[in-house]
Amino acid sequence: MGKIMLEVKNLKTKYVTRFHEDVYAVDGVSFTIEDGKSLGIAGESGCGKSTLALSVMGYYFSPLHYISGDIIIDGKNISGMKPDDVRKSILGSEIAYIPQAAMNALNPTQKIIRFMEDVIHAHDPKAGRKEIRERAEARFAELGLPPSVLDKHAVELSGGMKQRTVIAVSTILNPKVLIADEPSSALDVTSQKMVIKMLRELMGKGYIKSMLFITHELPLLYNVTDDIMVMYAGQIVERGSAREMVFDPVHPYSHGLMNSILVPEEGTRGNKLTAIPGAPPNLKRPPDGCRFAERCKYARPECRYSMIPEKSFDAGRMYRCLLGVDELKEVYGHE
Amino acid sequence: MSERAIEQTDFTNRPLCLSGRGVTKIFGLGDKRTVAVDHVDFDFHEGEFVSIVGESGSGKTTLSKMLLGLLNASEGEIFFQGKPRDISTGRKKKEYWKGIQAIFQDPFSSFNTFQKIDTVLLDCINMRGGKHLPKEKKIEMMTEACGFVNLKFAELTNKYPFELSGGQMQRLMIARIFLLRPRILLADEPTSMVDACSRATILDMLLNLRDEIGMTVIFITHDIGLAYYISDTVYIMEHGKFVEFGKADEVILNPQAAYTKRLISDVPKIHEEWDLSTVDLLSQK
Repeated sequence: MGKIMLEVKNLKTKYVTRFHEDVYAVDGVSFTIEDGKSLGIAGESGCGKSTLALSVMGYYFSPLHYISGDIIIDGKNISGMKPDDVRKSILGSEIAYIPQAAMNALNPTQKIIRFMEDVIHAHDPKAGRKEIRERAEARFAELGLPPSVLDKHAVELSGGMKQRTVIAVSTILNPKVLIADEPSSALDVTSQKMVIKMLRELMGKGYIKSMLFITHELPLLYNVTDDIMVMYAGQIVERGSAREMVFDPVHPYSHGLMNSILVPEEGTRGNKLTAIPGAPPNLKRPPDGCRFAERCKYARPECRYSMIPEKSFDAGRMYRCLLGVDELKEVYGHE
Repeated sequence: MSERAIEQTDFTNRPLCLSGRGVTKIFGLGDKRTVAVDHVDFDFHEGEFVSIVGESGSGKTTLSKMLLGLLNASEGEIFFQGKPRDISTGRKKKEYWKGIQAIFQDPFSSFNTFQKIDTVLLDCINMRGGKHLPKEKKIEMMTEACGFVNLKFAELTNKYPFELSGGQMQRLMIARIFLLRPRILLADEPTSMVDACSRATILDMLLNLRDEIGMTVIFITHDIGLAYYISDTVYIMEHGKFVEFGKADEVILNPQAAYTKRLISDVPKIHEEWDLSTVDLLSQK
């Protein structure tokens, strides 16, 4: 077992709306990522994936508020730190973040080299311009980006190129954890593949120690990450290795999600896509019992009484359902 | 996972719904001349589910705008139900749009912000000549249309489009199509802005709608996995040209053109190894 790079323990965060109502977007999430591993998070829109990413990197700017829990990066607990301190000392060097709209994250009036200078200066104010350029060129060459990009403006680059530039800039300080929030959702398949190849190279060469990858595209997650975690209404409902999660999901929600996979492979055309009916619960007043009970085909009255605890089974797998593993597999078999 | 019955219908002997010969669109002049769509021929038959697949910038959307009559073709001719299409006047254009309707990528910009949802649906009924129907009948029709897409009409009355979520808006678009009953539906990436779960719902609704009113669906997408799942016929577009077309099974499982092969290899799969070595990071793309 490798060294633990990122450990999140029972993290709870909330949004406070204009009307002073609390929305519990991340509710008791725990997980660990080891050195050299990557973890994927899947779930539908509004389940709290992006909020989890922001919470893990300590980005508590209103309306997002921290409630409780620990975030430990390589032995250092950053929970409870002021967001401004986090930004100065943690972001970039310990943890890096690639936002969903990374293509719009580049200031159009600046050359790419200026962003590199900004990132490096934030952590090492004495670094000289020449030194920064050398470092940036070396990193770009290694990641397969032409060094000429450094002297261009963002508007001169295509979408895929912009996305790869953002990744190169945000990982220049070799962070321990990289959080990628849907980095390829807005790209076509070829550019997406380039982004993934680059992330793999960063991991392979040890520039980033671990990765948290968020997306709703399951075939992509299966190909990119070691483990997959499924999130529903602010909670983790199941966790397992990528293979187990795609071919042998246990929780009814993950089962439904895996049935919505579309791949151009023989035989998949005849499969009926099973859409999960209904909508996720309102997180202002989360239900007492299982949060998925309203939409679950197999729900029983007792599912709604009290919160379902996390149950572990096999080696390192976890799920959150009242029914037993064998019981669930049996009902899926009858479909 | 239950099985979906795939009809292996042969569409080639059905009547033609929309076809084109040498359709071309050129933007700009002189040095800045760009050929967006380059002499394409196509035949879409009645009741066929056609997908047009291509990367960003391959000319899919330009072609769709020409099909809708929003752009004039620089060269070539489009035939609607066997006759050359005539949209020279506003009135003829309106008549043409009774036969062809569209769903766009961005549900948030598809509706008029100042119109209530009732108005949106009532317009559809009026357009099909139901202007003089009694009010109860109109409400009944609207309720049926909303029911078809799993929306509750009673909850939607007196609401404005921005009060709905993206998935609900996209379903409301389908409810419009249900009321309009066009001969052709042009769907331009209707699922690229919704998550995997809502995508399944929307695709199922489109398939049901096709069976219900027997229209032709032209589905524009960059997701080849989606095209394989949903369509009868697939057209692959590269740099404004159709490089390959045919039945979905033939094109996707046994691609001939190099471009099709590349597109398929670039999609992450779950039963095969994803070969990352086929992309060159140094290329300026």
